[in-house]
Amino acid sequence: MNTRVIFGLFIVIVMAVIAVFAPQVATHDPLAMDLSPEARLQAPSAGHFFGTDNLGRDIFSRMVYGTRISLSVGLIAVFISLVIGVLLGGLSGYYGGWVDNLVMRVVEIMYCFPVFFLIMMVITFLGPNIANVMIVIGLTSWAGLCRLVRAEFLTLRERDFVSSAKVQGVSDMRIILRHILPNAMGPVYVSATLSVGGAILIESALSFLGLGVQIPTPSWGNILTAGKNYIDYAWWLTLFPGLAIFLTVLSFNLIGEGLRERLDPKLKERV
Amino acid sequence: MKSYIIKRLLLIVPMLIGISFIMFVIMHLAPGDPASIRYGLNPEVSESARANFAEMYGLDKPVLRQYALWMKRFVSLDFGRSLIDDRPVISKILSRLPATILLQGVSLLVIFCVAVPIGIIGAVKRDSLFDKATTVLVFAGYAMPTFWLALLLILFFGFRLQWFPVSGMAPWYTAYLDGFGRVRDLLWHLALPVAATAFGGLAALSRYSRSSMIEALGENYVLTARAKGLTERRVIMAHVLRNALLPIVTIMGLTLPALISGSFIFETIFAWPGMGRLGYEAIMNYDYPVVMGVGVIATLLTLIGIFLSDVVYALVDPRIRFEARR
Repeated sequence: MNTRVIFGLFIVIVMAVIAVFAPQVATHDPLAMDLSPEARLQAPSAGHFFGTDNLGRDIFSRMVYGTRISLSVGLIAVFISLVIGVLLGGLSGYYGGWVDNLVMRVVEIMYCFPVFFLIMMVITFLGPNIANVMIVIGLTSWAGLCRLVRAEFLTLRERDFVSSAKVQGVSDMRIILRHILPNAMGPVYVSATLSVGGAILIESALSFLGLGVQIPTPSWGNILTAGKNYIDYAWWLTLFPGLAIFLTVLSFNLIGEGLRERLDPKLKERV
Repeated sequence: MKSYIIKRLLLIVPMLIGISFIMFVIMHLAPGDPASIRYGLNPEVSESARANFAEMYGLDKPVLRQYALWMKRFVSLDFGRSLIDDRPVISKILSRLPATILLQGVSLLVIFCVAVPIGIIGAVKRDSLFDKATTVLVFAGYAMPTFWLALLLILFFGFRLQWFPVSGMAPWYTAYLDGFGRVRDLLWHLALPVAATAFGGLAALSRYSRSSMIEALGENYVLTARAKGLTERRVIMAHVLRNALLPIVTIMGLTLPALISGSFIFETIFAWPGMGRLGYEAIMNYDYPVVMGVGVIATLLTLIGIFLSDVVYALVDPRIRFEARR
């Protein structure tokens, strides 16, 4: 374990603790407004660690609750893409033929499409809320995982232990799930850890554009929307939420890279 | 070569059909019908007028039939009219396209001119201070929410230092400037949007050119060149660089989808009058024909970009052409 991985793990654990114990960590009610002129847009102080927004709400407390959104979207979206990616990639790599052809064409389409536009479209038309955000990010980010799993399956299916299982009359489903999949999971975990950061980035961008988590529910992205409106006056609205996103994504990436080096020291070169 | 280009060009067609079909189906999942968005609750518009509108766009037909009709009109670049201002979609898009192509083109150029040298120096001087510093930067680049970076740029260079304008492309006063003045003003307005757009691509491309260089440095022909007694400079410039740069061309093409995705955010933040902002506004207004048009044109641009990079790759690397012929 190198220092980078320890740093990443430390930040992720701190974020997870904050998310779970949000009511205890928050110093104010994240939704409580105070519209008196002196309460609005206060600079950071001992009373409000990260200042207040244009409606007099405490930014620190809003960010504490925003941690829940970012982490849950990141994890659930990646879980969805993991299920789809492993399923399609596995079938594609194991059976080959027309299944493989079809799946790979869809993957190519996903690669050539400005996916963010598709996500924006679907979210708007289905209604912007956190569940839709998780589902849509999951449904649009499995292509990389699918390719990876397929490549693993292509090499593993030729191995002797698979042939021996086939000769013994083990069913295809059982071979895929019990014999090949466990051997293919290493790189999948690496890739999934790295995608958590990506999903958090997409969620924050969507919330920033008003297409993700809807106000008044706080998320790091929608605090930044307020930050943009008062950018020439209230720098704290822009600095802190962005820093939180950056640190969280960086931490997941560091853990992912650490896992990759663990699995294959030869790959140390690749970032 | 000709057959390779034609083959590659033909691949665009099924991709475009697939993508436009996915978008078409999504639009039909959306609640509400275009007729009521077009006319809203306007009591002056009778039921029969709504029915006429629905018939004109074939809204009364099944989805597959509608898609076929849409496809037929698409071939002549007819995307219908905007539900908001009734202008033809294609002329709306064409009026916004130059701004987007300018922003993306300049950004691509900046990415290439900055990332490739960083990668080359990092590979040649491995584990030097420069290499370590850029590795840290690359990690930061992967984790950076680029729209936040855009906000920070606005905050720092726009408001604190007041060096660059924070929004728009060509304000009213440019009409009074001469040609040179206009170009200067345009570049001045481009600074922040390009910085934000290019940053996302920098990390990936510099990393890629670094590993591509390292790989080329380990080849036997490098050993031969060194054994011949060539200077290190000549070995790098004439032998390594040439081979390492080849795959980078392809990667440039593959960064396009991400760049175009970014344009929807950055053009909104910087009030850049391009296609990305048009698309965002159309989505927010449920302006279906414009959404569909922007989506398809954005995809088409991406596919053309990837196609061009593939063709350039094939032009400079004869092995690709040979593979394709077989």
